[in-house]
Amino acid sequence: MSCVRLRLFAILAAIALLSSVSGPANAAEDLRPLVDKLGLGDFEETARAVDSLAATGDARAAPLLEALANGDLNIRKSDGRVVIAIRDGADYKLADPLDGAALGVVPAGGLDRIRINNSLRRNIRAAIGALTLRSPDPSVRRGAAEAVFKSRDAGAIEILDAAIAAEQDSGVRRVMEQARAATILAGNAPESDKLAAIDVLAARGDRDALALLNNVEINSQGALKDAAATASAKLTDTLAIWGMVQNVWYGLSLGSVLLLAAIGLAVTFGVMGVINMAHGEMVMLGAYTAFVVQSVVREFTPELYDLSLVIALPLAFLFAGGVGVLIERSIIRWLYGRPLETLLATWGLSLVLQQAVRTVFGATNQEVSAPSWMAGAFAIGQIQITWGRLWIVILATMVFVALVVVLRKTSFGLQMRAVTQNRSMASSMGIRTPWVDAMTFGLGSGIAGIAGVALSQIDNVSPNLGQSYIIDSFMVVVFGGVGNLWGTLVGALTLGIVNKLLEPYAGAVFAKVFVLVFIILFIQKRPRGLLALRGRVAEA
Amino acid sequence: MISGRLVRGLEGRVYIALAALAVVAVLLPVLNLALPEDSAFHVSSYAVTLAGKYLCYALLALSVDLVWGYCGILSLGHGAFFALGGYAMGMYLMRQIGARGVYGNPDLPDFMVFLNWKELPWYWYGFDQLWFACLMVVMVPGMLAFVFGWFAFRSRVTGVYLSIITQALTFALLLSFFRNDFGFGGNNGLTDFKDILGFNIQTDETRSGLFVASAMAMALGLIVASFVVRSKLGKVLVALRDAESRTRFLGYRVERYKLFVWTLSACMAGVAGGLYVPQVGIINPGEFAPANSIEVVIWVAVGGRGLLVGSVVGAILVNFAKTWFTGALPEFWLFALGGLFIAVTLFMPRGVLGLVPSLRGKIRPLRLPGIGKGTSSTVESPAKAGE
Amino acid sequence: MNAPAPRAVLYLDGVTVSFDGFRALNSLSLVIEPGEMRAIIGPNGAGKTTMMDVVTGRTRPTSGRVLFEDTVDLTRLDEVAIASLGIGRKFQTPTVFQSHTVADNLELALKAPRGAIATLFHKLAGEERDRIDEILATVRLSDRRDNLAGGLSHGQKQWLEIGMLLAQEPKLMLVDEPAAGMTDSETEQTADLLREIAKTRSVVVVEHDMTFVRNLGVRVTVLHEGSVLAEGSLDHVSADPRVIEVYLGR
Repeated sequence: MSCVRLRLFAILAAIALLSSVSGPANAAEDLRPLVDKLGLGDFEETARAVDSLAATGDARAAPLLEALANGDLNIRKSDGRVVIAIRDGADYKLADPLDGAALGVVPAGGLDRIRINNSLRRNIRAAIGALTLRSPDPSVRRGAAEAVFKSRDAGAIEILDAAIAAEQDSGVRRVMEQARAATILAGNAPESDKLAAIDVLAARGDRDALALLNNVEINSQGALKDAAATASAKLTDTLAIWGMVQNVWYGLSLGSVLLLAAIGLAVTFGVMGVINMAHGEMVMLGAYTAFVVQSVVREFTPELYDLSLVIALPLAFLFAGGVGVLIERSIIRWLYGRPLETLLATWGLSLVLQQAVRTVFGATNQEVSAPSWMAGAFAIGQIQITWGRLWIVILATMVFVALVVVLRKTSFGLQMRAVTQNRSMASSMGIRTPWVDAMTFGLGSGIAGIAGVALSQIDNVSPNLGQSYIIDSFMVVVFGGVGNLWGTLVGALTLGIVNKLLEPYAGAVFAKVFVLVFIILFIQKRPRGLLALRGRVAEA
Repeated sequence: MISGRLVRGLEGRVYIALAALAVVAVLLPVLNLALPEDSAFHVSSYAVTLAGKYLCYALLALSVDLVWGYCGILSLGHGAFFALGGYAMGMYLMRQIGARGVYGNPDLPDFMVFLNWKELPWYWYGFDQLWFACLMVVMVPGMLAFVFGWFAFRSRVTGVYLSIITQALTFALLLSFFRNDFGFGGNNGLTDFKDILGFNIQTDETRSGLFVASAMAMALGLIVASFVVRSKLGKVLVALRDAESRTRFLGYRVERYKLFVWTLSACMAGVAGGLYVPQVGIINPGEFAPANSIEVVIWVAVGGRGLLVGSVVGAILVNFAKTWFTGALPEFWLFALGGLFIAVTLFMPRGVLGLVPSLRGKIRPLRLPGIGKGTSSTVESPAKAGE
Repeated sequence: MNAPAPRAVLYLDGVTVSFDGFRALNSLSLVIEPGEMRAIIGPNGAGKTTMMDVVTGRTRPTSGRVLFEDTVDLTRLDEVAIASLGIGRKFQTPTVFQSHTVADNLELALKAPRGAIATLFHKLAGEERDRIDEILATVRLSDRRDNLAGGLSHGQKQWLEIGMLLAQEPKLMLVDEPAAGMTDSETEQTADLLREIAKTRSVVVVEHDMTFVRNLGVRVTVLHEGSVLAEGSLDHVSADPRVIEVYLGR
């Protein structure tokens, strides 16, 4: 439903925008005869009509052609009028193709779709390209130029030349020039033009440009081949560096995920010395909290839908944290000083939690959809950054900073560190050690819950979610150095980046195997991890 | 001479276990093969194979008890040694299929033909001989354990850290074996076995034979393990379990002792895996899953750690329960298993055999330190005298 | 540079140990002669235990030399190698193998091949049995022979550990607070025991209990802040104003 509404709205908005710039609505009437010709006969006639629309150079024809390409353009049987029709349930909503005025609703039988074939589609694309190159909206012009860059339609050169001459925006002009260069290289232009075009493409510096240059190198001789080869080699190097940077970003992003998953463990394992094999299940509970919150929000307050993950964060913290406190009070506290037994008991607990979730929600994956502000991506240079990943990096940073502040600046943090260092002394100074134990464990579990909300965005929300993170999390904590939050940070980022840098050479699986083997060897060399505590505390 | 001492080195409960094994090893095949199927005393082939499987699990549990119960090394990766032994045997069984595979290639197993491989990788050489495969069943896990242990024990990685890197080890192997290009059948592993030493693997006689072989391996494992723990070496092991650095100050190279028993234990696990595979008819990377290795530990804990026979009893009890649950109440099995982990560690730290009153006095008790004490905290003399 | 004293069983020269900037030992020098029994006293944090850690290879000194019998540099060896040279140590808190019987504890300590294969096929011979009985008598534990060491009283554990040291037949024994947690009569008996042991080997005793040190009647070294403050008979060091200040002054 919302999709239909959105699409209709987009078309109408484009029409409205164009009409408002091009003057009064009745000016659109000049185009009306041409529009009506679209649906008159066979493909060839339609093609001629498209060409004549393009020849007007009137940007208002672009959305109309867009609708034609999408198959939304129809002929109303009752009067033969060309209309835009968008499906709405069993019926179609009609709109005027030029001014977007609503024309009522007809059943499916009342319309004839204007049919198009592939060669026509190509015509339409070229026509839209030519029209939109003159659009008043710079982003539309840029998009049109990019479209020409991809189609490299020889007929576009003249249109491009005109557009370049008229273009005020230097960024858009650059893209147009690149499109022109690409088109020139694809055609039969003189060598000097082509040499200049190679420079333009080399300056563009992305993979598309590289592909074109390689193509030129293969298909030409002499100076042109040499120039293309040089440019291509240089571009390859540049792109390799960009590729590296991109991998570092992926690594950073993976590192943030690891950090989120591991940092709660760093608290329970590092600070308390408790091996919590059910830590992964705390993450899983967090992810299911996100799922439940999103479902509830969708049901009762759909207007808050985009914020459902934000709402889920504190709830996941409280829920997983509460479960953590329960676990500490009922199981862990009987096992202090027996790390291996704790490991076994919490493993058993993880099985119970998994099965419990499986019983309640079923074994299948649940989807937690991304809010609009987490969708999409943007580019910096040649690297792509998706908003979802970026938000996870930000969340990981925030959680880390918050945790450091809690440990360093609050009285709870002070009590926690006191209990860690000398339990009996802390107890005799009036610190309620059982309470501190429970709260510390709750804190670690709560952070795992927050991690779960984030992981619901990049992984399947299933009862097994936690298991896939528990080993990685332990690796991070052990590698970074137990009892040291900074070690966990450095450990997570290092492992994430190393993993992603290895992936292009070793493949995803073996990259992971190498990292595991590396950690196994590393622990032999530095049994206390990267940033280890030294002295008496570490010996205990 | 040595064999005489082997027998003298046994304890009462090991005698009982060996006697029970002997009875079962004779009785089950006889009841299966000699009695007609409609007889009330007939034992089905399914039951025989199931019992054989249990014995393999029991041998695996025994190997874990040897390192955990007597040496304090909690291995979360023994499933890896078991699986490697299983793969070694599986490779022999694959080679035995010969031209009877789907693709009818006499040299290459089906999955290699499917992957378009032209010749046998070098590491598959020799596996057409059973003796070689049997050697590898012991050697491959043994070598891996030796190399891993040599590094780990020399750098004094202990306790939880050691547990976690053993888990990393089996996880790394799990990921590797999932890969097709690793050359062990990827996801599907090795299966569709036809025969072993020329005997059809499906017949009742072969199944009984494999069962008897498992019982014998189990018995041998018990005798060897018992001999080891009753020797002075066994006393050194318990000593280093309880007070590692004290043992060092007495002049014992602790890491060599650990390495010895760790490698021995891996070999035993390998044998268990080697016998397991022909009985279940498949080996795939799932056997490397860390969860499997942890489950073995709970078998040992249920039976009673540090008793040898305890691990055998525990493995059989838990697996019997698993068989029953997965048949009757499949959705409750994980609840039961998880609950078992918790209940045993909280309420029954000495396991089922620890509940037997007559055994209580004779068992060398494990020290179960109270709150706030590490197992070797008594030896931790201050590194920093100034504090 | 001082030339090494002739035939010292233990020779520490300028040994410094620092942990994160804190100096547990500060250029400590000490000579123990063969057959000598020496008592080392000092307030908490004086570096007594760290000194033992350095000698037995548990802690590596930041700088300095530790020579055993004039020739062997102990700072290059690990605990096991040092123990095999004939240096035995009793810890501050009694450390015995609690899951083993008293006799087994001694068997493990007895001087014998320490290799894994050797112990796997080792058989307790009559001679070793006699030696164990002998030591049991010496440390007054004959009637606890087959009891688990974990069940012994604190004093008995101390004695068992001393017995284990004896079984090792070391040339040098380092004994950390042997009288801690003992009754007066037990303390006295321990002093007798140590004096008996010292007849055949060198012994270094770290102790807080002045009565005990007086009972031993040996040369005393006072440590303070990681170096030697005074050395001599107990009466001599007790009269030293610096020692009085360290012990009583704050």
